Amino acid sequence: MEKRVTFSHRWLPWALIAPQMAVVLVFFFWPAGQALYQSLLLEDAFGGNRQFVGLDNFKSLFADPTYWASFHTTAVFSVLVASLGMSIALLLAVCANRVIRLGGVYKTLLIWPYAVAPVVAAVLFVFLFNSTFGILAHWLRLLGVDWNYHLNSGQAMTLVVTAAVWKQISYNFLFFLAGLQSIPKSLIEAASIDGAGPFKRFWTITFPLLTPTTFFLLVVNIVYAFFDTFAIIDAATHGGPGKETSILVYRVYYDGFKAQDLGGSAAQSVVLMALVVLLTFIQFKYVEKKVNY
Amino acid sequence: MVERKPILDWISHAVLIIGIAIIALPIWVTFVGSTNTLDDVVSSPMKLSIGDSFLANYSQVLGTGGTAGGSSAPVGRMLVVSLIMALLIAFGKIAISLLSAFAIVYFRFPGKQIVFWMIFITLMLPVEVRISPTYQVVSDLGLLNSYAGLTLPLIASATATFLFRQFFMTIPDELVEASRMDGASPMRFFFDVLLPLSRTSIAALFVIMFIYGWNQYLWPLLVSTEEKYYPIVIGIKQMIAGESQVEWHLMMATAMLAMVPPVLVVVLMQKWFVKGLVDSEK
Repeated sequence: MEKRVTFSHRWLPWALIAPQMAVVLVFFFWPAGQALYQSLLLEDAFGGNRQFVGLDNFKSLFADPTYWASFHTTAVFSVLVASLGMSIALLLAVCANRVIRLGGVYKTLLIWPYAVAPVVAAVLFVFLFNSTFGILAHWLRLLGVDWNYHLNSGQAMTLVVTAAVWKQISYNFLFFLAGLQSIPKSLIEAASIDGAGPFKRFWTITFPLLTPTTFFLLVVNIVYAFFDTFAIIDAATHGGPGKETSILVYRVYYDGFKAQDLGGSAAQSVVLMALVVLLTFIQFKYVEKKVNY
Repeated sequence: MVERKPILDWISHAVLIIGIAIIALPIWVTFVGSTNTLDDVVSSPMKLSIGDSFLANYSQVLGTGGTAGGSSAPVGRMLVVSLIMALLIAFGKIAISLLSAFAIVYFRFPGKQIVFWMIFITLMLPVEVRISPTYQVVSDLGLLNSYAGLTLPLIASATATFLFRQFFMTIPDELVEASRMDGASPMRFFFDVLLPLSRTSIAALFVIMFIYGWNQYLWPLLVSTEEKYYPIVIGIKQMIAGESQVEWHLMMATAMLAMVPPVLVVVLMQKWFVKGLVDSEK
């Protein structure tokens, strides 16, 4: 895309673009290059000795069963966050789209968790699920659940997934609601005249027409679960018990800053960058298709 | 017409009310916790009615901070740090991306495609991914424990540039032609035509970026090692770090204080918030 009419000036465009380029070069390309370079080095924690080791960091990374375990944890975590967050939000959006009165009030009451910081969300749920006095833990105990998320990995996962889903529902809700509102009323009316009931209409017309929104949200939710939930994991469980909730991005941080394994951490950064590029690529591919359809 | 089924309307209302109640439950319990004394909070199960320590708890955290556990930085100052950080990120992003989007859309210059792609590629990588090398760069530049170090690396993403680019593309070419015919310089056009037209986009982006800046966690966790530069999210992290001796009533008051400003921004600027969210993902 190009504008037909443009200005011409010798230095002005460069001056205008300079601040952004400076920030991007210094804080983006330089570190990204460093990550690539470091991933090929073996370095001791104090930066004294460095040695070029080629792809050894990657080899040892992929030979490390705990790294694969972390992949597995991330997969479980993001599938749970994406599927729960999206289905709850879809249910709420369908209901909100149906009611005419009070629709705006419901919307306002549902969107604010988006503004809550992930670490605050984690603290709220740590408080609710606290093994000694947490109110949800108390209710669970009344139901006969032996609740202690410090020891039980399934319960630790429940805690972080709940906090992550809670925070993401409003985002999904807004996009589903926008998607629902853009479906032409005439389609629904036509189906209704042909005798399709509300549930049949939802599954045969509304839901298929929401596919682009659903797919978009799927990618966004996976990216969210991969990266933006770092604060939740760090504040709620520290990746524990053991390494049971240590997702990939938590591991990059832990290995780089706590365990001081710089080469290994850089190699993990490179793997994550590749993953993000892949996800973005899939999304763009799909968006292109959506335009033609 | 679609048939009327009042029963489904009632079910919809019921689902929404239950949903809202469940979503609000954590906030309610947090608020209750922040108005009680520590003993009432940690009794098992905790007391679920509003206590009378509201003023005592909030004035303690705002003025002096929690005492036991990790940090004892006053929450009042951390709120100021958060506010400065969020505003710097929001305005910084808006300013540099307005200028660069203007250059990309309204000028022809050699190397434009390369510049465009260099900015475009930054869309993809969140700061979490390139965390340790970025930390080293910032530390080499001597920017640890400074507002520049806290905010600049977070400004280095292209979301806003693309939003403005999309928007500028929709502005009719006749406006440029008219300004040129009247002899307006490019900057004059920028300030007198483009900027006023972009007001809603700027407002929308401001809401999104303010929340983004306020809620940043990992980056300040690494860059701020002096209490003077702790934003409120780090204060919360410090308070919860000493797991066994957490002063939960103060913790909850701090959590409430950390939530109120961004939630207010979203609720009060709801229209722009929704627009910003939807636009920035297109």
